[in-house]
Amino acid sequence: MTTVETAAGITKTMVLNMGPQHPSTHGVLRILLELDGETVVNAMPDMGYLHTGIEKSCEAKTYSQVITLTDRIDYLSPLGNNLVYCLAVEKLLGLEIPKRAQYIRVMMVELQRISSHLVWLGTHAIDMGAMSVFLYCFREREEILKIFEMFSGQRMMTSYIRIGGVALDPPAGWRAVLEKFMKMMPGRIDDYETLLTENRIWIGRLKGIGYISGQDAVALSMTGPTLRAAGLAYDNRRLFPYSSYEEFDFDVITETASDCYARYLVRVREMRESLKIIRQAMSKITDEGPIKTEAPGIVPPQREKMKTEMEALIYHFKIFTEGFSPAAGEAFATIESPRGELGCFVASDGSPKPLRVHFRSPSFINLQALPKMIAGQLLSDVIACIGTIDIVLGEVDR
Amino acid sequence: MTDSTKKDANVVAAHLREWNPKAVAGVIEFRGETTIVVPRELLLATAERCLLDSSLQFNLLTDATCVDRYPIEPRFELQYHLVSISRRQRLRLRTSVPGNHAVVDSLIPVWPGANWLEREIFDLFGVSFTGHPDLRRILLPDNWEGYPLRRDYSTEGPR
Repeated sequence: MTTVETAAGITKTMVLNMGPQHPSTHGVLRILLELDGETVVNAMPDMGYLHTGIEKSCEAKTYSQVITLTDRIDYLSPLGNNLVYCLAVEKLLGLEIPKRAQYIRVMMVELQRISSHLVWLGTHAIDMGAMSVFLYCFREREEILKIFEMFSGQRMMTSYIRIGGVALDPPAGWRAVLEKFMKMMPGRIDDYETLLTENRIWIGRLKGIGYISGQDAVALSMTGPTLRAAGLAYDNRRLFPYSSYEEFDFDVITETASDCYARYLVRVREMRESLKIIRQAMSKITDEGPIKTEAPGIVPPQREKMKTEMEALIYHFKIFTEGFSPAAGEAFATIESPRGELGCFVASDGSPKPLRVHFRSPSFINLQALPKMIAGQLLSDVIACIGTIDIVLGEVDR
Repeated sequence: MTDSTKKDANVVAAHLREWNPKAVAGVIEFRGETTIVVPRELLLATAERCLLDSSLQFNLLTDATCVDRYPIEPRFELQYHLVSISRRQRLRLRTSVPGNHAVVDSLIPVWPGANWLEREIFDLFGVSFTGHPDLRRILLPDNWEGYPLRRDYSTEGPR
């Protein structure tokens, strides 16, 4: 117990330790809460329990080997991490990616966005006491993971996006599977909305909770759905298009209330926009065409060529033994991950291993606004706020 | 690089030069990205200018990180990535910090979001920030010895 001076006079406050093993922190986040009765006076997030030193490990790997590490940063959106790292290295190398590979990338990261939002919606609903939504969301997510498995052989740690393109051609019959998914999904999103959007308990727990002004959100470097719920249409796909996003027609969803409920609305509508983008990408992806750029010494040659051409075999050997050396310089690539602006900074000193790889993780930076959001609110609202920031501790701690 | 980005880069650099010729120690154009090299003692003032100048308006500090160039001196390079949301432009500010006196002004007065980013750099590189209200380790335990992201911090064997 500590004595503090508040507006109402001298009171005694209590310091409560929430986490690191608390089910609603979605990982290992610890928050030191200073409480006056049930009201939060101050909050101090404490993290690092999941720090694995990924950025340091990257410096000991060749550029291609780093991709498997990026999967493990934000484990709900591994394809997004693959993409941002590859974009940064491709920028460093000055590579042009074939259109077909770009569209495949777009389709995959948009599927990833839906699956990530589904996990968010499900777990947040369970935090707020709605068990059935959790089960429905995970049922649909399973369908998306099956699509990933079909494309890359992996459900979660896909490493599907590679420097210069994507790892594999879309598998036979992919269109039929996606078509089935596209037919099913809009109705399922309607179901979630029927269960939640007008639900009195849901509204009671979320509306007016965790307000942060748009000005404060920008000052605290917030991005993603949390910033868009505050009325700012900041979306990398629109403002700084990458991977041919400028060719796609979609809306940047914004809300103005900037509370937990607005963040919920933004994410649900974003799922519908992602479906729109996937639909367009499906029609843009041709049945035939390159999935990787032609860059000898950087992009592995085709298996067939290795059996007939000596150079191809040499390049293959060199890429997987010593790697390739980009010119000295720096590159910073950003994408719109499900959580916000995901950035990757790569610095090269001209050797086959990166001098520095840094990830600008949206979870880490958005979490910074938590004390501001929950000051003066009730203890139970802390859980709603952590939930709607949508943190992934793997990404916070890296 | 397109002509328009080249022009934008010149505009930003020219604008800063007009305000204070010493603020721009160099302009680097690489792969369509603009880096403005700022002397360490003018970092805070230049950052403030980038935010407040009506024709710059870099209102979002998206990232701050550090590169260790060991054994080259000055070994630390701080990299700040800025975005002007209204003008749809990105900019990188870079400043060099020597290893024997790794101290630089905190940018929290300009962008409050710099708080945790600077704590992370302090935690992993050991660069200190003057004027930071809460400079503690953020990812590693408080009693950790050394700064893991320095190039001379080995990943294996005894330290």
